[in-house]
Amino acid sequence: MTNTADLTGQRDRLWAAVSGGEEHAATEVVVAAVEAGTDVEAVLLDVVAPVQAKVGAEWAANRITVAQEHTATAINDRVIAALALHPASRRTPSLGHVAVACVDGEWHALPARLLAEVLRLRGWRVDFLGAQVPTPHLIAHLHQRGPDALALSSSIPTRLPTAHATISACQSTGIPVVAGGAAFGVDGRYARLLGADAWAPDARAAADLLADGLARIDPAAANQPVDDLPHLADQEYTLVTRSTSQLVKQVVADLPEWAGYDDRQRQHAAEDIVRTVEFLATALYVDDDTLFTEHVRWSAAILAARGVGTSVIETGLRSLCAQMTDFPRAKRMLVSAVHRLQEDPT
Amino acid sequence: MPRPSVLLSKDNGCQVGRVADVVGQVKSAEGPARSQVVPAGAELWLGSPYAVLVVSPQGELVAANSAAAGLLPDAVLGAPVPLPWLLHAHRQGEVHCFGPIEDRQFTADATVLASGGTAWWLVDDTERAAVAADLAVERERTAFLAEASNVLLSSLNVERCMRATVELAARHLADAAVVVGPAVGRRIPVTSCGPDGTADHRMVAADPAVVAGLAEALQGFPPVPSRWIDPATVPDWLTAPGFAGPVGSVVITPLPGHGVPAGALVLLRRRDQRDFSETDEIFARLFAARAGAALSAARLYSEQADITATLMSALLPPRLHQVDGVEFAGGYRASAHNELVGGDFYDVHPGAGEGEESLVVLGDVCGKGLAAAVLTGKIRNTLHALTSLAADHQHVLRLLNETLLETGSTRFATAVLASVARVGDRVRLRLTSAGHPRPLVVRADGRVEEIATSGTLIGALPDIESSTVEAHLAPGETCLLYTDGVTEARGGPLGEELFGEERLHAVLAECAGMPAEAVVERVQMLTSQWIGQRGHDDVAVVAITAPRRARREAGVQP
Repeated sequence: MTNTADLTGQRDRLWAAVSGGEEHAATEVVVAAVEAGTDVEAVLLDVVAPVQAKVGAEWAANRITVAQEHTATAINDRVIAALALHPASRRTPSLGHVAVACVDGEWHALPARLLAEVLRLRGWRVDFLGAQVPTPHLIAHLHQRGPDALALSSSIPTRLPTAHATISACQSTGIPVVAGGAAFGVDGRYARLLGADAWAPDARAAADLLADGLARIDPAAANQPVDDLPHLADQEYTLVTRSTSQLVKQVVADLPEWAGYDDRQRQHAAEDIVRTVEFLATALYVDDDTLFTEHVRWSAAILAARGVGTSVIETGLRSLCAQMTDFPRAKRMLVSAVHRLQEDPT
Repeated sequence: MPRPSVLLSKDNGCQVGRVADVVGQVKSAEGPARSQVVPAGAELWLGSPYAVLVVSPQGELVAANSAAAGLLPDAVLGAPVPLPWLLHAHRQGEVHCFGPIEDRQFTADATVLASGGTAWWLVDDTERAAVAADLAVERERTAFLAEASNVLLSSLNVERCMRATVELAARHLADAAVVVGPAVGRRIPVTSCGPDGTADHRMVAADPAVVAGLAEALQGFPPVPSRWIDPATVPDWLTAPGFAGPVGSVVITPLPGHGVPAGALVLLRRRDQRDFSETDEIFARLFAARAGAALSAARLYSEQADITATLMSALLPPRLHQVDGVEFAGGYRASAHNELVGGDFYDVHPGAGEGEESLVVLGDVCGKGLAAAVLTGKIRNTLHALTSLAADHQHVLRLLNETLLETGSTRFATAVLASVARVGDRVRLRLTSAGHPRPLVVRADGRVEEIATSGTLIGALPDIESSTVEAHLAPGETCLLYTDGVTEARGGPLGEELFGEERLHAVLAECAGMPAEAVVERVQMLTSQWIGQRGHDDVAVVAITAPRRARREAGVQP
């Protein structure tokens, strides 16, 4: 029987190994946990997953470098693979057949990997397609293998438009889609909006949901993505996306700090601006101001942890606002974000 | 009020009664001549071809014209109207109703008379009602065919198609539906669905000739009419689980395919249900035509997809892992967004035994797409065969060059070879570039070095040269091989900038000490972000890393 003290100890030891870049020590921690009696699913979801979450949080707080973050993620990935080979993980499939994939363009495959492992441990036959799956390949896979359901994972909100197209395409083959991951909102609001058949906040909930059975949709009811989101007719999303380069160039021109930046700082600043425009476009896509204002708040926190003030962000937002004269929804979101920044000085 | 008891006659004679007096009055506004054409008295209504019944407020038949007499020969004046549906409506005070007389359908409309009674005007509605009923059936069938088309065409998966077919048929056309597919060896695939609505699929060792019409349908002969099929000959394996009770009526129809039948559709009705009519059979064939088309398309797609997957599997980039104490990782992204293969390739060929060098290759065939990928397949196979000669890179490259020139292809390629061996806790590399971007090494302190090897590209000239350079990796250090898809990627936050070598060096500098997979992922991710949604060349990277911790126990795999 595992108690919380055991789990905490295991988490701490795994964090130490992973943040120190020590793959063998990390593998030893999880193998020891399993051999001490912790259920494999609990090791994955209550030890590995929280450690991975900590990796992200530590990077955001600037306590570990991006190199350490990548290394830690790679090690966690290997740890999951090692666990899958352990005799305690051996299973015979007895439930149905499910495919697990990340939205095309997603680089964070770890949450999907954890889900795939948990499902396999619970007796599902799992096709793990991983990250970077072009949508046509995903559809071809669904046609050829005909699983009972698809679990679609996405961590970053800017992938939501792609997720929408993917969900519709999968459903038109008659296969229901369960959405999961941070991109779909903390309460799954975007999953509902984009027409997913179900949403799960974590791997356990997803596994329970699939066990209850997802109804197969009637393909006669399948529709086009734009039918779900009538506000797209105003073209703001399309136009902002297609003119990203121009928008970014203008912001750079309006940024007084730009002249004093070295090449590296310019690179980072430009990337931040592009990301902001991408979030704005996504917020226009789902017509939700908070998606954008939340991103701005998070960006401000990241910069603050690195000792950079928020005035740069505010200048950028105002510059974008000035360029959005014909886009009322975009303008509304930018104004909201500026107010949010001013209310919440970090 | 006195009730005249009058004999009703069938000819066109006038019946005189009190009501007639009132009804027969017609006033003309146009003068005497007109009023002579318009009949006075009761002639008009009594002689009407439409039946008219005059009914008292209590529901008794007071008078009737000859048409009504013809319809209701047994009616008696003074008795309640002998049509229950009319009587009911009359008593409810309604002014319109409908119902049957014998085997015809009638509508009845009421006009209230000044005397207080009601005249009911009957119109034979039989044809119209029949047409309306036919129309409703047609609409339902059309809606069903539309739904069936949507459902059937959505899936290119053969099994799902068969399930959809039987589920639709069992819901709308019969008590049970079975799809029999072409034989696989001595067994036939049978998908069935009964009243419970869920499809069941199994392989059955049986002979289709047992049932008249089944073997014919599977061979594409014209369908045998339902009335010729003896329901008693239907075997158990041709019914559905959940189909209870003896078979009363059977329809067997082929599922037409692309020149070859896709199978046969069998519909079953229980003995206590209505037999399949000829229209039922015709409609079943319409449905079968759609199902057959969808099933054929799914089968064709599956076959093509299987062939493609088999051929492609040899062309896909391999998954790399640790070999003989050296970490390898590779990443690939084809230029066309929807393709899995292109003109870039890489491989790791382990040496013959422990301590022998592994041969790593990474290369770039000019061009993109499937044709370039096929050539990468040839190159990879050739290099694999030459692994045992890899002690001499120049020899290997000469042989490869000759092979390419012999194929007659006008495509050339660039490549880099790396012979890799673990020596103590370090990794020794012998690197040779044939026209390819130089390999880079990331040192533990973040310095990035270019390995100064160069050579002629392969497949263009009869004589080639190259130089081999030796390098060593301390624990944690990485050698990166890459194709020019990385450095020539266009994009970036400000638009049309090249990724370039300098940026790649800067990225690698940040990767000091990272495991091979993390280095590959970092380079791929940044290249991908740089490109965004724009077009790009194939991108391939391979990282060779000296593990950071020497494993104390030899030969232990995690």
